[in-house]
Amino acid sequence: MLLEVRNIDVFYGSIRALKGVSFSVEKGEIVSIIGANGAGKSTTLRAISGILRAASGSIIYDGHDITHTPPHLIARMGISHVPEGRGIFGNLTVQENLDVALSSVKDKKTAGPNQDKVFSLFPRLKERRRQISGTLSGGEQQMLAVGRGLMQNNPFMLLDEPSMGLSPVLTEEIFGVIVEINQLGKTVLLVEQNAFKALSIANRGYVLETGSVVLAGTAAELRDNPDVKKAYLGG
Amino acid sequence: MGQFLQQLINGIQIGSIYALIALGYTMVYGIVRLINFAHADIFMFGAYMGFFLAPVMAKVFGGAFIPTIIAAMLITGLLGFVMEKLAYRPLRYKSRLSALITALGVSIFLENFCAMPFVFGPTFRAFPDLIVAKNIPIPGNLGLSVSNVLLLDIGVSVILMVLLFWFVNKTLIGKQMRAVAFDKPTASLMGINIDVVISTAFIVGPALAGAGGILYGTTYGMLASPFLGIWPGLKAFIAAVLGGIGNIPGAVLGAYIMGISEAFATSVNSNLGYGIAFAILIGILLIRPSGLLGKFMPEKV
Repeated sequence: MLLEVRNIDVFYGSIRALKGVSFSVEKGEIVSIIGANGAGKSTTLRAISGILRAASGSIIYDGHDITHTPPHLIARMGISHVPEGRGIFGNLTVQENLDVALSSVKDKKTAGPNQDKVFSLFPRLKERRRQISGTLSGGEQQMLAVGRGLMQNNPFMLLDEPSMGLSPVLTEEIFGVIVEINQLGKTVLLVEQNAFKALSIANRGYVLETGSVVLAGTAAELRDNPDVKKAYLGG
Repeated sequence: MGQFLQQLINGIQIGSIYALIALGYTMVYGIVRLINFAHADIFMFGAYMGFFLAPVMAKVFGGAFIPTIIAAMLITGLLGFVMEKLAYRPLRYKSRLSALITALGVSIFLENFCAMPFVFGPTFRAFPDLIVAKNIPIPGNLGLSVSNVLLLDIGVSVILMVLLFWFVNKTLIGKQMRAVAFDKPTASLMGINIDVVISTAFIVGPALAGAGGILYGTTYGMLASPFLGIWPGLKAFIAAVLGGIGNIPGAVLGAYIMGISEAFATSVNSNLGYGIAFAILIGILLIRPSGLLGKFMPEKV
């Protein structure tokens, strides 16, 4: 098992955002967490990458307990988190955004090949590498956020709402890239409001509702589940 | 015309010293959103280091200026590092007001500690001559002259500023600093150790202020007391606000505007030289509170 989340609670102040959430991800999988706005999907990813602390429970990555590890060390241990709302550094150029992602990479010699890979997946970024990233379009910013995650060349990627705010064409493109990333051998944990698209590329999925996992199964099972259909797939 | 140019030159000279101090205010603010009031006292500390170290350096190295300024920068850099670790780091996740009050406390502590007889002492000290002052007349019939000290002030500040721009824009740690200034949680996801970046800002800013202290001592030839940092510090802080606090080129621009307007105001009346700083502060807060080069950033909730 690559990642095991055991019974974690996460609080925002006095609000309990996650209530005993447990799930796991196997090596090589695409696992999707679906759920409504505010269900705790992003919170779950933030707890894994260490930006938020689990008040109880534990998170095991690749045999190591990372529940209390600071985020920069988790990034260096092999988890890349592509945050919601893109989270690019708007004051830096495209190239500089990619450069700072290398902070988690020990062997700087891999930088060149990583960057070639990013530019081959997103040729648009190559054209705009000298542009201040805050002036990119929404779709380009999303590409940069994913590209920055790929720069780290980590085996495990957490993707938070990669399709948010994108046109259907770009959404299609981004999901294509996720499948490609997975085929490169990376494990993906995907959080999406677009449940239909997410379940169409995932191996397995979890449904989160008001901070708890209410349903788990293979992607096909979830797609056929009448409750899921009704709540998340539009009937 | 001659008078005008002479004041302009004087203004650029004092502006250079303000710039070295203002950069530290702005760098620290950009990264931890703290006005480090003790920064003015780091500047003072650098000047006193020049006083104590120059005779030693002159003996060891022959020439005093370069070794003294480097030593002062190293010591003030270390002072900034220790200050952050002891005073500000424990308050990192507390309210911003606590850190601000702590900064005032650190400032008052440094001033009064250094004023004790067995530390720097409260009295006037003559600053050693790090270089032999000379006046160089400018050819032409305007009767202008510049001193080699003036050229040194401007030259050293420009070199340090060029080095800083290179550091912030081209090195990995510089890019990390800008990323941390923009968004700390995301920066940590990149594998950036936020503590290292904050410490770096608290080393580089104070080191520049230390260099400013040496230039100040060389320019005025005396150190009035360990409270001497207050006025230059205040003016440099206003310069940083004028340029847009958190913005590095803004701090430099603000410092030169401050230096030049002060030189002209002082030539009219010496008290006006002090007043102009506050006139500028009030003006900028009324017209453009984010500063000349600053961007208005709404508070994130």
